Amino acid sequence: MYFNDLNLKTAPLEGEVKIPSGCAVSAIIDRAGNKMTGKKIIRSIATMHDRSNGLGGGFAGYGIYPDYKEYYAFHLFYDNFHAKKETEDFLIQHFEVAYSAEMKTRKNVSIQNEPVIYRYFLYPLSKRLANSLLDEERYVVKCVNKINAEINGAFVFSSGKNMGIFKGVGYPEDIGRFYLLDEEYEGYCWTAHGRYPTNTPGWWGGAHPFGLLDYSIVHNGEISSYDANRRYIEMFGYKCSLQTDTEVITYIIDYLLRVKKLTLNEVAKVISASFWSTIEEKSDEEQRQETFLRKAFPSLLVTGPFSIIFGFTGGIMALNDRLKLRSMVCAEKGDIAYVSSEECGIRAVEPELDKIFSPAGGEPVIYTLKNGGAE
Amino acid sequence: MQAYIPPEFEVVRDVRLCTNCRLCERQCANEVHKYSAELKIMTANSDKCVNCHRCVTVCPTHALKITKNPDAYRYNANWSAQTMNEVYRQAETGGVLLSSMGNPTQNPVYFDKILVNASQVTNPPIDPLREPMETVVYLGKKDVELKRDINGRLIDNLPPQLKLRVPVMFSAMSYGSISYNAHEALARAAEELGTFYNTGEGGLHRDFYKYGKNTIVQVASGRFGVHAEYLSAAAAIEIKMGQGAKPGIGGHLPGMKISDEVSKTRMIPKGIDAISPAPHHDIYSIEDLRQLIYAIKETTGYSKPVIVKVAAVHNVAAIASGIARSGADMIALDGFRGGTGAAPTRIRNNVGIPIELALAQVDERLRQEGIRDSVSIIAGGSVRSSADVVKAIALGADACYIGTAALLALGCHLCRSCHTGKCNWGIATQREDLVARLDPTEGSKRLVNLITAWEHEIQEMMGGMGINSIEALKGNRLMLRGVGLNETELKILGIRHAGESM
Repeated sequence: MYFNDLNLKTAPLEGEVKIPSGCAVSAIIDRAGNKMTGKKIIRSIATMHDRSNGLGGGFAGYGIYPDYKEYYAFHLFYDNFHAKKETEDFLIQHFEVAYSAEMKTRKNVSIQNEPVIYRYFLYPLSKRLANSLLDEERYVVKCVNKINAEINGAFVFSSGKNMGIFKGVGYPEDIGRFYLLDEEYEGYCWTAHGRYPTNTPGWWGGAHPFGLLDYSIVHNGEISSYDANRRYIEMFGYKCSLQTDTEVITYIIDYLLRVKKLTLNEVAKVISASFWSTIEEKSDEEQRQETFLRKAFPSLLVTGPFSIIFGFTGGIMALNDRLKLRSMVCAEKGDIAYVSSEECGIRAVEPELDKIFSPAGGEPVIYTLKNGGAE
Repeated sequence: MQAYIPPEFEVVRDVRLCTNCRLCERQCANEVHKYSAELKIMTANSDKCVNCHRCVTVCPTHALKITKNPDAYRYNANWSAQTMNEVYRQAETGGVLLSSMGNPTQNPVYFDKILVNASQVTNPPIDPLREPMETVVYLGKKDVELKRDINGRLIDNLPPQLKLRVPVMFSAMSYGSISYNAHEALARAAEELGTFYNTGEGGLHRDFYKYGKNTIVQVASGRFGVHAEYLSAAAAIEIKMGQGAKPGIGGHLPGMKISDEVSKTRMIPKGIDAISPAPHHDIYSIEDLRQLIYAIKETTGYSKPVIVKVAAVHNVAAIASGIARSGADMIALDGFRGGTGAAPTRIRNNVGIPIELALAQVDERLRQEGIRDSVSIIAGGSVRSSADVVKAIALGADACYIGTAALLALGCHLCRSCHTGKCNWGIATQREDLVARLDPTEGSKRLVNLITAWEHEIQEMMGGMGINSIEALKGNRLMLRGVGLNETELKILGIRHAGESM
């Protein structure tokens, strides 16, 4: 990989322009809740090396912080120590800080120009929270947005409980090893992303997954409905500052799940709605439900190619666009379930499978922990 | 008084081709053509010609053409011939000048300065011949709290919606301003297309109640033809607060167009000009509008959506926001180029703003206020092609109204003389011999063809953008770019200039 400093300085920043990307995605979940290191997910995404171009890679791990599972784990990029100071002043005013330290990383030649990376385990200050008149989650989201929007050079890229996002500029396998995911962390579920942007400022915050509390999204595609979705979702207080598909899809899912209280299946029928002609062939009850969802949320239909893996506490949902314009394969072996852009991303870590299939466009595949909880 | 105005057009007849069949004479309601028994040739009084092209089209030997009269006043960049003629006409008559159809002046047409995107490489265009390409829209309020039954299933608690197979409806044109046959053609086409036509303020002829499920009935300031049964017969009810061609004034139907049937349908006297008031006299403010909306909803048992139609004027965004908060299910915005059967020329040519700007501002304002979901937006005045529809929807419209384009499909040649009531095409007239020229079956077929063609074109453009459902186009302004627009115009339209990337 060749970095040209001139490019870095003159190319527009993420959020200033919309950058189309091709990508690879992958996920592994142990439905029995058994923990695994990041080794397998790194191998899976590394197999699809050619689907990335070294300009972005990242992971999300669930169940990785059992000792601090009641705390919001904030991962931050700092451009400089001034931003760090300003952010920490803000954090102390709003949270009880249970732990704070620089992220453990291992230098490697493929990863360059990394920012200062910190991790904090936080809990909202009860009085501040009460005075804000917000529920706990909204309070945290508001704080995250405030840091990202107002503190120059600081970016919160992970903010969920008992989960963490690790990402940066580079090939995903290098990013994974840079963060020591194969040694330091064990989780019941991992998702991964390798990015192939058509141009990039090389900004670490622009890599994926995109996270919102414990929600994370890895996405491969370029949605054609972007501005229709963005302008709609921004009515409800979300601000799409990065101009990425991943960001807007995360907000759509958050809105439908958390605010509108839809089920995952219903969310899938909004985002990746069945064609009217398909709906007509369904049972009366399904027709009623799906027609209603399309009538009620027309502006949250996402068109254009995408395959996404949505991670949340206790599970994942894999979803393709309604025409299945991006490849995505699911597989199972015992309690372990796999999702990958290509079959090789699964076979590389598990050659013998009980079941392997390509979900149809718009058909969600949901894998959750058997006991329903995180632990 | 002596007219100081030379004829605007010249009827040119090729005598070598003319067979003296006298068809032109019989076809011209303006009495331009006349057979001279003495000279044994057809003659023409160009003075009476409105350039409707009826004679040109029907002439079996193509012996006729209408040209602009080359006779010209001395050139003057300030005083155009049109302006001078209008002064002469007013000096002769002392009257307000009347015009028909939309504003023909040279103001910018923003649709023509907007270009549409297409997919290349990073995402695929979609082929509508091989993949589903959805153009169905549901119009109506979407802002409901989700409710579930005891089995956890979602309950469809949305207020009444209009389902359109294509996002194009026929806009308000009253029976009276246009003919019985024109109405029948529109009604039948709307039914076949799975869309709606609009009665305008002329009431609903008894014969057309059977098309009720594809009919939008209008309640305008004159309340012509409005009664409980009329409201109940329709799929939706439109309160007309204003019209793009004549913002700030009411309607005007010349007496000569008020026949027995029109009189009965409108519940007004025959042969006397029907002039509806400028305001609704029960609506002097926004809270009054709310009362009328709910009066209509009460009358129809909350079973039909209510549309409020306003002309695009300077403060249209704030007005629309008020309407959205007043119980309306849809807002119809009518741009300053919208058509009319009769309007004072000065008003038509000088009042109101372009639909593109009004639409962009209304959509944006409703989103800023978080109430875009409480109304659908219908844009009209003037939507001329499928490309205009695509652009309007990408700017933020849910659907479009077309009036002039529909009349063109029926044969109208835009001679802009509707107010004279002598439409040779059988559209804007009540004279039985003229009306008979418009065959409702053929007319309806032409309308169906037009909208079907547009549907295909809309699908092609959507597919090119990689969009396979019209919902994903709505308000998708990144798909649009302006050309030759200044920064203020781009800001108002909420689009970037061509050449600026995503």
